[in-house]
Amino acid sequence: MEQQPAHSIAQLVQPARVHRSLYTDPQIFELELKHIFGTAWIYVGHESQVRNVGDYFCTMLGRKAVIVVRDASGKLQVIHNQCAHRGAMVVASDKGHTDEFQCCYHGWTYHLDGRLKAIPLLHGYPADFNPKSGKTAMTQVARVMSYRGFIFVSEAADGPSLEEALNHMTTSIDDMVDRAPDGDIEVAGGTFRHVYNGNWKLYLENLCDAAHPWFTHRSSIDAAQQQKDDVLSDGSGEIAIRQMRQNGAPYSFWESQVGIWTYPNGHSYLGDYHDDSKLVAAMNDPVFRDYIGMLEAKKGKAEARRILEVSRWNSNVYPNLSFMSQFQQLRVIHPIAVNRTEVHTYCFKLRGAPERMFQNTISFANIVNGTGSLVLTDDLEIYNRIGIGLSSEGADWIEIGRGYQSDGPADHGGRQGKNSTSEIYIRNMFDAWLSYMTGTPASAALRQGAA
Amino acid sequence: MSASAASSTTVDGGAPWRRADCEDFLVHEARLLDEAQFDAWLALFTPDAQYWVPSEPNQQTPHHTVSLIYDDRRLLETRVRRLASPRIYSQEPRSRTSRIVANVTLEESSPDYAIVRSKFMMIEFRRNEQRLFGGTCFHRLVRYDGALCIRLKRVDLVNCDAPLDGLVVPF
Repeated sequence: MEQQPAHSIAQLVQPARVHRSLYTDPQIFELELKHIFGTAWIYVGHESQVRNVGDYFCTMLGRKAVIVVRDASGKLQVIHNQCAHRGAMVVASDKGHTDEFQCCYHGWTYHLDGRLKAIPLLHGYPADFNPKSGKTAMTQVARVMSYRGFIFVSEAADGPSLEEALNHMTTSIDDMVDRAPDGDIEVAGGTFRHVYNGNWKLYLENLCDAAHPWFTHRSSIDAAQQQKDDVLSDGSGEIAIRQMRQNGAPYSFWESQVGIWTYPNGHSYLGDYHDDSKLVAAMNDPVFRDYIGMLEAKKGKAEARRILEVSRWNSNVYPNLSFMSQFQQLRVIHPIAVNRTEVHTYCFKLRGAPERMFQNTISFANIVNGTGSLVLTDDLEIYNRIGIGLSSEGADWIEIGRGYQSDGPADHGGRQGKNSTSEIYIRNMFDAWLSYMTGTPASAALRQGAA
Repeated sequence: MSASAASSTTVDGGAPWRRADCEDFLVHEARLLDEAQFDAWLALFTPDAQYWVPSEPNQQTPHHTVSLIYDDRRLLETRVRRLASPRIYSQEPRSRTSRIVANVTLEESSPDYAIVRSKFMMIEFRRNEQRLFGGTCFHRLVRYDGALCIRLKRVDLVNCDAPLDGLVVPF
């Protein structure tokens, strides 16, 4: 593959438009894996998935299979899932508990941190074969750090720390964790894995898009608005229908009542768009009132109020993570190919909250992240259609200019859209994209309003 | 099967359940779905019905683990209404499906209800792509106002935990 020179990459990203090849060119995809997924802090999982020594799970870092494991000293390790001998995948289960890793081919056996532990027929190897060298270990990913339980890795040996890279987005992670009365959250309730034939960037580009629900989700909005409320529901259908109706808020609401904020390195969050008192503020819900009581008992009234008054909807941590505190949802984006993306979604349980609250989390997950959801299926259709549309050479440029001339500065080094439907968060992601891809500091040129 | 929910709301009869009647009913249900007669399909369900496609093999409950689909009666009505919408973009173009129902067995029965297990395969064709789904169905059937009705339908896909594109047409 021929390397694209940086200056030609830069020409593909212009202030309020980008070239369609960013979504369709396999060479650019390869460069993204190298320069973005190969250097940035990439979310791989949560510490509750590996609470005890020997707990592990497998995931993907771009196209690289890795094992996330808590080693014998209690430290988090992320190691490539390849035997140092002949390269076979060593761990074949998605998750589990073990005291060592053993390859099923010739029995090379490894400590939990990837160092070689034992090897059959050692006498047969060359005289200079050293079972204690790095060459005979499973390879560790360069850096592993976690922030309040959220585990990220970077394949770059040097670079900004995780907290420097997250910058103001640490407050969104705080918002996820602080809501637990006991101060701790855990992954629970299973996962969805959905796929579409489109580029990975499309996913985060949709999650803060306040202009699409009214149109894309029209079929589920209409169906929910026409639904009679006296039909039997065990609570799950009620939550789903309320959420679908909320998507039908008028454009005037989406434009002025929501809020969109962006921060350096491609991060952003959308403000909450709910006025349904049962869905988020939930003051009409006895379960939520019990929860507030438990939160106040543990944290005090003032702190409980501060926690609950944070009203963010999706927080996007570039390039592969999105989460939402109000119903404890998290999505991880996995680029498979330039025109193929897999998304894995997770729920969190708030420790110390009423058990029934987690049922609401599950019901909410089914409607916003479910593979058979009445809402998500239309989003997947959009990603597929963009995949088809952009593969046509009919038009080369796509617009990302909504709100460009009205964006303004925000606190904590951020910028915000004056109008909540501004595509500022897309321009902000391409600002980071350009910086990663060309190795130059972010110019903020894309984020600045035109003079 | 974890059909722990309350039994049917009304019972008529006490007539014994016959496996062949149940099979005829399942074949009829599959035909309604293949012919996109979703309102008629919905009419097969009781007013307290649930329709469930778990996300995990041997999933115990829809309340503590996510489901590919979990509809109480209210959401099932909304799902079916959406299928008729001219603006359901994920069904533009519409899917065509073809189902086979087989290996029907009566697993459990009482005067109030019967639990029927079946195997199914469904081909779905849409926008030049064909997908194949298969698995095991459990129907909790009741007699309601003289007719067979579905109190609970559980569909265990063999690939329930695979990465999947959207599931819009019901199984």
